[in-house]
Amino acid sequence: MREKLEALQAEAIEKVQSSDNLQSLQDVRVAYLGKKGPITEVLRGMGKLSPEERPVIGELANKVREAIATALDNKKNLLEEAALNEQLQKEAIDVTLPGRPVKAGGPHLLTSIIEEVEDLFLGMGFEIKEGPEVETDYFNFEALNLPQDHPARDMQDSFYVTDHLLLRTQTSPVQARTMREYDGNKAIKMICPGIVYRRDTDDATHSHQFTQIEGLLVDKNVRMSDLKGVLLEFSRKLFGADREIRLRPSFFPFTEPSVEVDVTCKVCDGKGCNVCKHTGWIEILGAGMVHSNVLRMSGYDPEEYSGFAFGMGVERIAMLKYGVDDIRHFYTNDVRFLSQYHKA
Amino acid sequence: MYVSLNWLKQYVDIDNITPEELAEKITRSGIEVESIERVAPESTNVVVGYVESCEQHPNADKLNLCQINVGTETYQIICGAPNIAQGQKIAAALPGARLPGGVKIKKAKLRGVESHGMVCSLQELGIDEKFVPKDVTDGIFVFPEDTEVGTPVAELLNLDDVILELGLTPNRADAMSMLGVAYEVAAILGKEVNQPEETYQTSDSKAADLVSVKVEDAELNPYYGAFVIEDVTIAPSPLWMRNYLMAAGIRPINNVVDITNYVLLVYGQPLHAFDYDKVATKEIVVRSAKQGEKIQTLDDQERTLKGDEIVITNGNEPIALAGVMGGANSEVSDDTKNVLLEAAFFDARAIRRSSKHHNLRSEASARYEKGIDPNRVQRAGAYAARLLAEYAGGKVAQGIAAFDELDREEKQVKIDTASVNNRLGTTISDEEIASILTKLQFGFEQDNSQFTVFVPTRRGDISLFEDMLEEIARIYGYDNIPYTLPEGEAFAGKLTTKQYLKRQLKQYLQGAGLMETITYSLTSKKRTEMLVSPDVSEQAVFPVKLKMPMSEEHSHLRLSIIPELVNTLSYNVARKQENLGYFEFGRVFLSNEEQITEQPNETARLAGALTGTWMEQPWQQEKKPVDFYVAKGIVEGIFAQLDLGPVFQQAQVDGYHPGRTATVSLNGKVVGVVGQLHPTVQKAFDLKETYVFDLDIAYLMDQYEEVPSFRTIPRHPSVTRDIALAVDEAAHAGDIQRTIQEAGGELVQQVQIFDVYQGEHMEAGKKSIAYTVLYQDPTRTLTDEEVEASYNNIIENVKAKHDAELRS
Ligand SMILES: [Zn+2]
Repeated sequence: MREKLEALQAEAIEKVQSSDNLQSLQDVRVAYLGKKGPITEVLRGMGKLSPEERPVIGELANKVREAIATALDNKKNLLEEAALNEQLQKEAIDVTLPGRPVKAGGPHLLTSIIEEVEDLFLGMGFEIKEGPEVETDYFNFEALNLPQDHPARDMQDSFYVTDHLLLRTQTSPVQARTMREYDGNKAIKMICPGIVYRRDTDDATHSHQFTQIEGLLVDKNVRMSDLKGVLLEFSRKLFGADREIRLRPSFFPFTEPSVEVDVTCKVCDGKGCNVCKHTGWIEILGAGMVHSNVLRMSGYDPEEYSGFAFGMGVERIAMLKYGVDDIRHFYTNDVRFLSQYHKA
Repeated sequence: MYVSLNWLKQYVDIDNITPEELAEKITRSGIEVESIERVAPESTNVVVGYVESCEQHPNADKLNLCQINVGTETYQIICGAPNIAQGQKIAAALPGARLPGGVKIKKAKLRGVESHGMVCSLQELGIDEKFVPKDVTDGIFVFPEDTEVGTPVAELLNLDDVILELGLTPNRADAMSMLGVAYEVAAILGKEVNQPEETYQTSDSKAADLVSVKVEDAELNPYYGAFVIEDVTIAPSPLWMRNYLMAAGIRPINNVVDITNYVLLVYGQPLHAFDYDKVATKEIVVRSAKQGEKIQTLDDQERTLKGDEIVITNGNEPIALAGVMGGANSEVSDDTKNVLLEAAFFDARAIRRSSKHHNLRSEASARYEKGIDPNRVQRAGAYAARLLAEYAGGKVAQGIAAFDELDREEKQVKIDTASVNNRLGTTISDEEIASILTKLQFGFEQDNSQFTVFVPTRRGDISLFEDMLEEIARIYGYDNIPYTLPEGEAFAGKLTTKQYLKRQLKQYLQGAGLMETITYSLTSKKRTEMLVSPDVSEQAVFPVKLKMPMSEEHSHLRLSIIPELVNTLSYNVARKQENLGYFEFGRVFLSNEEQITEQPNETARLAGALTGTWMEQPWQQEKKPVDFYVAKGIVEGIFAQLDLGPVFQQAQVDGYHPGRTATVSLNGKVVGVVGQLHPTVQKAFDLKETYVFDLDIAYLMDQYEEVPSFRTIPRHPSVTRDIALAVDEAAHAGDIQRTIQEAGGELVQQVQIFDVYQGEHMEAGKKSIAYTVLYQDPTRTLTDEEVEASYNNIIENVKAKHDAELRS
């Protein structure tokens, strides 16, 4: 019996080895290990054996069964692997063909700049405020210390809708509105991005519609040195950590002292080039300490509160930062222009 | 304001500083120097020559053959200028000379005759033609007879002068004069200001006997002074004066007029010279104009007066538009003998109104309207009288015929060191403040750290603490102010929900493949009448119209973003960019008044426009054009971002394709539109199939719930049932979907369309729509009975409402 089992094992393993597909392997399994298979038969005939032989042969039969099963499993794995390899080979594609294009959208360059500036000031604790574009003469001019007949106020520069309504020429009315909203007794830290309008003929450097971002900080004991500190931080974050700023005296009815703020030219690193007209500096914004008349008109006591304000043209910043040479590009929305500035 | 440095030198010492350094200092401490220009730096070897003889060129009618004596030698020079003549002293560029523009003078032969140089016009020497005296614009410049032959003309014509162009802000009217600039420079450099000599000899006549002065309204004209200068001789003004005027951008005319302009530039005080004999009444009456009254001004324009101008009259009729321009009827001319010189102070606002109304700006009005120094009015008049005596041979009558109610008091401003430092964030000492005030030449009284400043009347812009603060800060130097950060409570700012949503929506649309645009808010009337979303047009709204538009193209504020987007598509398609998807998040302006009186409603809209191919994969022959469902899918995505459920309904909207357009509603309210442009609109914009959407995003964002209520994550299995229906081909899948949702009851979580079919296996005029209904209760497992009941109710309802048949 022992010989018979050993022969069976050899025979079965022989058949396993020669199987070349999963079906024939399955046939071998059924033939040798099935209920009607030879090993089962051997085990059935065990009754004839002596009690001493029974466990020995039983053990051997199990070993043979296990050996055949292992051989079957191994062979099965091999065949499956081969089948998978074959399938993978069939599935191969030409990876050098072009990919399926994904439609690329993106933000307008002005939006990118606005959001960048917003994020910088949000980080410094400013909130973002908005206001109407069709503004009253009062908020656009008078509340900003520009009474009727003021030399700095020229009707030719504005688009009037009625005698007392006009398209705002600056975003500063949002500051006046916010001061009023805050009732003269709360600190204010705000920026207001928005569209403004001036009576200019559109050309490479003028646009009848453009975008401003202005900022306002009103609190007890605000100093001009704070304005310098905030603008330095802002300029370095926007234009680069090695930038310097300088203030030049200027005039805005809304603020006094008023200054224009220059940042060192990034093209020449302050050495002087065509972009900065050989000065090493580029003007980026206007700023100043909020005029006491403005504070008073908006309900803040200038004895108790002081503040600073600043404003910049977004197109100008974009033109400086990205070297855009014509302001009209921002409004014609040529797809070839817009898609130049998408990071994605 | 143009500032000649040679001229400025007479009032302040600037010898030890280069023009560039000076310009930098001026810019950094108060007034922007916009340019630094040399009059004509390149002119060399150009000298004064005497025309010994001047004959016609033997071979050319229009050329002259001249012998020019330059002192050491005589040169033969051929000259084409029509005004050259024997006996003149002219500018001769000798061989080897260099002229502006890189011109080099060499010996040359002109029509067979040798020419050893060139006789120059002022333009050829580098002076801007618009400042060149009118009588010599077409010819050469003739020097005065007493000019020494051989003198380099650069010296005589101030060609080596440097001109600074100052960009003056409206508050710095004080710098609209050489003396004002001198004070500014003196403050920066710590120097003194030299004043002009204003004394003069008088004749026996008395001004008050020669003319009477009457002013009707002292508010408008608090001071009017009339000097009388008799027996003047009209001639060119001295060369140095002409040079300065040209450098300042004023064309020389004659000695009398030039002197008034010169003095205006020195003091910032406008003066006007009348021909005394033409003021026949010997009377000056200053009054408001009468409405409809006429005057012919010096620029030969007849002007009809509005009524609020100030006019100078002779008692009967206007002889000058006060502070703006003189009248032709009293103009100084070549035969003027006696001059009435006006030195007056007019109300700034009145002059501004007058100048603006007549669209007439002059050197005088530019100064009056910004405010002049009350303490310089008479001084300027006196200086002019002195010059008229010296350079026009006039005899100055004694005294001034004047009306005088002028306030010449200096304003007082109190400042203290602590307040200055608190506001600037500096540690300036009392001594430094005193030193700055001294540099500015402001009078002051000091009591330790308390200062009372007596502001000179030349600085009309200073009356408040912060005006003084600015003066101190700019002279102290902004560079010397430290960098600090605000001391107030520090906290991080945060976007509001709507600001956050706006960014989120923009990002979603970019991810969906759309490009953001920003278009103009101002548009044409025609465009306000097209492609207005039904939710806007159903309200009674009117576009906002500008009072004085610059063009028809930009005359109204938009009611819709769509026309601008469509225009943008059109612009790009015309440039062969044909596959486009755009969106804009912008405002529209809706007024409910036909004649606007109140601010309009400005509301945010989110609009998009798509045309061309949406997806393309050339080597797989895949090309999917934009269609309605692409646009609709984007709109659905927008709603999903806001966690809102839109309802789409077929609609007829002006400008849209009647069969491919839907209104978009939320909570039963129309909030926008999505659809294809009507083919006629497409054609008008040269576009192929174009799909757009336009949503009242302001309203949608209002509906967004910031903190959505918690939804239990389902732990119990869901059950699905498929329903295939045969319906009329015109039936709307969405309507049936809503019926299923409603009839199905609370357990229905979702109804999805998974197949739409029409054709072979369907009866004509019918189509099949298949839905999957998903049932679920997050808290328990559903029973077959309740699902069955819901299902049966659905079938009953769709049969009844949509005439649907159940397909097996
Ligand atoms: Zn540079």
